[in-house]
Amino acid sequence: MVELTRRATFSASHFYWNDSWPAEKNEQVFGRCANRNGHGHNYTLEVTVAGDPDPVTGFVVDLKWLKDVIEREVLSEYDHRHLNLEVAEFKSAIPTTENIAIAAWKRLKPALKGAGRARLRRVRVYETPEIFAEYRGEE
Amino acid sequence: MIAYFGRRYMLSASHRLHSDALSATENRAAYGKCNNPHGHGHNYVIEVLTRGPVEPETGMVIDLAELDEIVRTRVLDRFDHTNLNLDPLFVNQVPTTENLCKAVFSLLKTAMPSSRLDSVRVEETENNSFQCWDAEEGREALPR
Repeated sequence: MVELTRRATFSASHFYWNDSWPAEKNEQVFGRCANRNGHGHNYTLEVTVAGDPDPVTGFVVDLKWLKDVIEREVLSEYDHRHLNLEVAEFKSAIPTTENIAIAAWKRLKPALKGAGRARLRRVRVYETPEIFAEYRGEE
Repeated sequence: MIAYFGRRYMLSASHRLHSDALSATENRAAYGKCNNPHGHGHNYVIEVLTRGPVEPETGMVIDLAELDEIVRTRVLDRFDHTNLNLDPLFVNQVPTTENLCKAVFSLLKTAMPSSRLDSVRVEETENNSFQCWDAEEGREALPR
């Protein structure tokens, strides 16, 4: 079993807000992230797949194919967008780093069914170089 | 929905790798330049990985400010800009980064809410890193 990780970047804006809470509670819990005008990050997305290398090609997965899947399923929807306002899954979930990792997993998982022997192992999202969240599917 | 949240911190400290159980020659052989009697220092990166359910109300695994406070009071205030060899934790053990990693894991484990701590990773330099987690979980390797 070999793991292979492909990294991609996207830039997006967001804010944290729970509609069922009064403004004061949102500001208390989310601090500066609750600014309704939003703010942005350069996100790094790390997609890891695992499998045995193909005996003929030596690949776990074709990296160009994986790059295209990430581009089509995630970056085309997230890059240079306002996550709260323009991305369907964040109408009902706060676009925290945790929820972005989960949402990216849900977008990639069905698309990676075509990856042959490889399967999706984990998705890690860096909001800054110091802050990241990871999702490994149902545990 | 179980997810992971990680945060990287930095601390600067000095140490000397030297075991009283070894002779001067053996210490030199085991630790090389790290056995220099006057010690040396590193900018350590402490990467803390937490694990838990994503709270539906906040979309978060752990409150970042709460995590920062725990790491600051338990680890950074204790070790940053200190000589590790002089810390009580390293009186009877060599302050290798393996042992520093274990010490940080233990200090955080006792302070974290409801076993949210998954693992600790310490980078001594850009090229050296060490990871610690609960052996009881029977996990063989940490995904990176």
